[in-house]
Amino acid sequence: MWTWFYKLASPPYVYGAAAALMPWFLGFALLAIGYGLIGGLVFAPPDYQQGDAFRIIYVHVPSAWLSEFIYTMMALAGGIALIWRIKVGHAVAAAAAPIGASFTLLALVTGSMWGKPMWGTYWAWDPRLTSELILLFLYVGVMSLRSAFEDPLRGDRAAALLAVVGAVNVPIIHYSVVWWNSLHQGATVAKLGKPSIAGSMLWPLLSMFVGFMLFFGAVLCLRLQGEVLNRERQSAWVREAVKS
Amino acid sequence: MSSFWYMGGYARYVWPCVGFACVVLAWNLWSARRMLAGARLTAQRALAMRAAEAKT
Repeated sequence: MWTWFYKLASPPYVYGAAAALMPWFLGFALLAIGYGLIGGLVFAPPDYQQGDAFRIIYVHVPSAWLSEFIYTMMALAGGIALIWRIKVGHAVAAAAAPIGASFTLLALVTGSMWGKPMWGTYWAWDPRLTSELILLFLYVGVMSLRSAFEDPLRGDRAAALLAVVGAVNVPIIHYSVVWWNSLHQGATVAKLGKPSIAGSMLWPLLSMFVGFMLFFGAVLCLRLQGEVLNRERQSAWVREAVKS
Repeated sequence: MSSFWYMGGYARYVWPCVGFACVVLAWNLWSARRMLAGARLTAQRALAMRAAEAKT
């Protein structure tokens, strides 16, 4: 197991693994998203309170989950790179940041579109919405900080530090609906005990979640290859890698 | 079929969300492929420059 862990620190291994995994991730992602969209938009019954507006959850909830997951992964990768000085960690964090920012924006926009018919407003300074907006600012901050330094290593370290410190926002987003009075509904799927959502609505949602996760994996593989190539341009193995 | 597109009166909220999600997914894939192609090109140019320098 440790041998595998050490391999993950090797740029050529990571480059090769990302190239091999990408088509699988993308293929299964498209299948899962296709099933989720058809199940959610066509076959799931309308909600008894929200009507067909509830179908927005099939893109809103997976993107919101993913925005938190990607940030946590980015902070972990940055932390590992800072503590053990593993360069691949910085590459993973740099590759994940724009993907995470785009899914956070998607969660905010679709949440806002759901809020108008349900709450009567596109935006409210609600704890869940505000903490998700702060997450978007954190992503933008991490990306800006990385590119603000002439020395890429200093940029990587500064961005990793901000990512690690900003990770405190992730549990705040998650528990904001529990800790404070919030317009946003509480946990429906990820709660202890039975989820309070019917199976015909739940399965397409879970499929969309799996699909979005796999899609993130595919895009991360592509971006990670690019990051590794940019960082290892002077290495001998790159010659073989870019020949084809 | 028209009732499907009508979405119980919520079409103007549901379809833009689905459309924006597709745009975000497509942008992610396109920008990642473009970034990788750029990195490959830069690496190939760097290798070619080094090879040319080694000849002279």
